[in-house]
Amino acid sequence: MSTTMNDRQDQISATPGMHARSAEAIKEPRISIRGLDFYYGSNHALKNINLDFPECQVTGMIGPSGCGKSTLLRCLNRMYDLYPGQRATGEAMMDGVNIIDPSVDVNALRARIGMVFQKPTPFPMTIYENIAFGVKLHERLSKSQMDERVEWSLTRAALWVEVKDRLNSSAMGLSGGQQQRLCIARTIAVRPQVILLDEPTSALDPISTLKVEELIDELKHDFTIAIVTHNMQQAARCADQVAFFYLGEMVEVAPAAQMFTAPKQQRTQEYITGRFG
Amino acid sequence: MGDAVFAGFARASGGFVLLLLGGIIVSLFIGGLAAFRQFGAAFVVSPLWNPVTQKFGGLVPIYGTLVTSVLALLLAVPLAFGIAFYLTELAPAWLRRPVGTAIELLAAVPSIIYGMWGFFVIVPIMAGTVQPAVIGAFDGIPVLQDLFAGPPFGTGILTAAFILAVMIIPFIAATMRDVFLTVPAVYKESAYGVGCTTWEVMRSIVLPYTRVSVVGGIMLGLGRALGETMAVTFVIGNANRITSSLFGAGNTIASLVALEFPESPAGSLKLASLLALGFILFVISFIVLAISRILLRPRLKG
Repeated sequence: MSTTMNDRQDQISATPGMHARSAEAIKEPRISIRGLDFYYGSNHALKNINLDFPECQVTGMIGPSGCGKSTLLRCLNRMYDLYPGQRATGEAMMDGVNIIDPSVDVNALRARIGMVFQKPTPFPMTIYENIAFGVKLHERLSKSQMDERVEWSLTRAALWVEVKDRLNSSAMGLSGGQQQRLCIARTIAVRPQVILLDEPTSALDPISTLKVEELIDELKHDFTIAIVTHNMQQAARCADQVAFFYLGEMVEVAPAAQMFTAPKQQRTQEYITGRFG
Repeated sequence: MGDAVFAGFARASGGFVLLLLGGIIVSLFIGGLAAFRQFGAAFVVSPLWNPVTQKFGGLVPIYGTLVTSVLALLLAVPLAFGIAFYLTELAPAWLRRPVGTAIELLAAVPSIIYGMWGFFVIVPIMAGTVQPAVIGAFDGIPVLQDLFAGPPFGTGILTAAFILAVMIIPFIAATMRDVFLTVPAVYKESAYGVGCTTWEVMRSIVLPYTRVSVVGGIMLGLGRALGETMAVTFVIGNANRITSSLFGAGNTIASLVALEFPESPAGSLKLASLLALGFILFVISFIVLAISRILLRPRLKG
């Protein structure tokens, strides 16, 4: 009796204000990572990662800086290809294809797996062109189809109302929060299947953060989402499934509700209670 | 105390630059005043340059200056862009430093060396191989047969433009490389992230981002081409006439001044004409700068 009490007290004091919002059951995987290793030159940055990204759900990735969570995102869209000396081995299966394989067409892959970065990165062109830019790379659309696509993606990114009267002005003139939603709109305009978010709100104010989080909730109906975050509350609010990374290893993965109330691993427990990290 | 001294020094330096610029313009103008008085506006449009009859006009050297410089830019910019693009995006890491250093060394070669090299190496090649072949190839084709005509002496406008291009490529390439490297990786990555190829990233992200500095680098090269003296004097043929052929001889303001200055006694109309040409070269450079400023006006409104 007393042990149960202690356990519960431990948990309550251990995770202050941390209530995973999602209690959904984890769905079938969209991407399955098996035995993935990643190297920056001789530095072994990811060690034998096994992780599934469930379809149309949000996978949150948490862990201290340098633990490899952003590196894993960069594996999924092959961003590491740009840099000599970086390489990945193992399997990341999507639709029966190992997307780590060098023979995969990376430009087509990146159209299916979009990415939003830590800092808003609007291109130096108008708002309209920012959206149309990525679409034009992969599809031939008429002017009216393109108009529709731009409106669709801006609407989905909860930005349409704010910018519909100034589509032809520079994207650089938008606020930071608007720029980040523009980047999300730009990403979904290509109609990817998976969206990777690398700390998408770390440069934003609380209100913009809230908007982006609401957006993530909305987008997961259509897209499989992976989000790297330093903010545990954010992981609890957004994610259906949470994975904890430490020193290049994936320590634990569990449905969000379980992760924040009853983590199985000691290190997970210590990290989410703020004892290190 | 130290601050006040430094502030005063900085202010004086700034003022000195303005004073120097103004002083050069005014002294050139005063020196050339006699020629402007004598010939009026005709000085700019007259092709005559005859010390015997004391008739001087600047059309030929002005034409030669503009044509060689523009041709040099047309040849140099694509090549310089290719070099910078290769060095920043495509070249393997171990090759970037040696090639980059080679480019910087090329920029440091004195122009007299380019002149000698042009005269002893390029001119014979042009005369023996390139010009006969081109003249033969374009024979009978309207416009082109006039553009590439005449006896293949090897010297001439095109050879001068070629040497100029070789001279300004390092400037333009080094500037472009430096500014391409300033584009934050995350912008390039986000363009790659929507599925861009390297060329698309260059065209749509890197170039727009660095537009101002790229045009600045090109203008730097154009500035050097406009004023280049020794190398051009060696290979342009130094004839005071305008020919329709790019293989024809001509001159530029700088080469004319270099050749004629020693034979112009103080106070003569010829000296005044040369100083007037110097003033015009100054004005041309100023106009080039002004045009580049206009080109660089931000296209997008915030």
